[in-house]
Amino acid sequence: MRAVVNGVEWELADGATVADVLRRLGAPDVGVAVACRGEVVPRASWAATEVRDGDEIDVLTAVQGG
Amino acid sequence: MTEAQTRTDPLVIAGREFGSRLVMGTGGATNLAVLERALVESGTELTTVAMRRMDAGGGTGVLDLLRRLNIETLPNTAGCRNAAEAVLTARLAREALATDWVKLEVVADDRTLLPDPVELLDAAEQLVDDGFTVLPYTSDDPVVARRLEDLGCAAVMPLGSPIGTGLGVRNPHNIELIVARAGVPVILDAGIGTASDACLAMELGCAAVLLATSVTRAADPALMAAAMRDGVRAGRAARLAGRVPQRFWAQASSPPR
Repeated sequence: MRAVVNGVEWELADGATVADVLRRLGAPDVGVAVACRGEVVPRASWAATEVRDGDEIDVLTAVQGG
Repeated sequence: MTEAQTRTDPLVIAGREFGSRLVMGTGGATNLAVLERALVESGTELTTVAMRRMDAGGGTGVLDLLRRLNIETLPNTAGCRNAAEAVLTARLAREALATDWVKLEVVADDRTLLPDPVELLDAAEQLVDDGFTVLPYTSDDPVVARRLEDLGCAAVMPLGSPIGTGLGVRNPHNIELIVARAGVPVILDAGIGTASDACLAMELGCAAVLLATSVTRAADPALMAAAMRDGVRAGRAARLAGRVPQRFWAQASSPPR
């Protein structure tokens, strides 16, 4: 299965979850948020949300700005 | 204005009190050590951050810094071009930072970075309905400012001039018109170049000033941060003190002989 994570195409195992994506990305436990298919995936749903083929996933964090 | 006086004259936004009337941005600093010294000198208690895609293995350095300095984080929606993008970014920021405060920014194009009022009003309405405390970056149009307040925004943040230009307050009368009719704090956002600009914004009646570039890209950011802190305090004191009316002809300040 393929998904686009932060603009980069990834090969993922079937059944991979949003939590798996965050682990592979090395995301910290706090200070990040995930959008999938244009909607926020709440933290409580990361482990239960399966990635679908062709999904676009964005993982955001706060940076210097404004 | 002394430290003690600023404590008895807090900035109040949506029921929350801040001892400093200088809201800082974090963009433009060459590194976190420079940013830290500038933030400390500025005395700010509320500071913006942007939301961006995380790099692999990237950290959350700016958040750690703000937490350590006990400065409240205000996420912005910088880079958003329409209401849908801004609403999604605000929701992601709420999820990531556990705050429902947002500096709402919807710009029309890259060259001017001017707010798009149609998309801004649309996004503001959606976010207020979704329970956000919305601080919108807007043009210096008094009618748009009024509309934003009517929608339930917690403050209105008109520009002095376009972001990053350092051109100061280009239309002081518009800022005064916004202040005269606003029931929420007016925060002069964008365009500040130097301390006298920040001072003028406060003299015009703004409740606070939001700035970043003028400090972070100054030759000595920490020194400019201190100058901005003092400029904001001086302008606030002058506003409260009540200036003398401007006169066409001279008026002797010494008694006639």
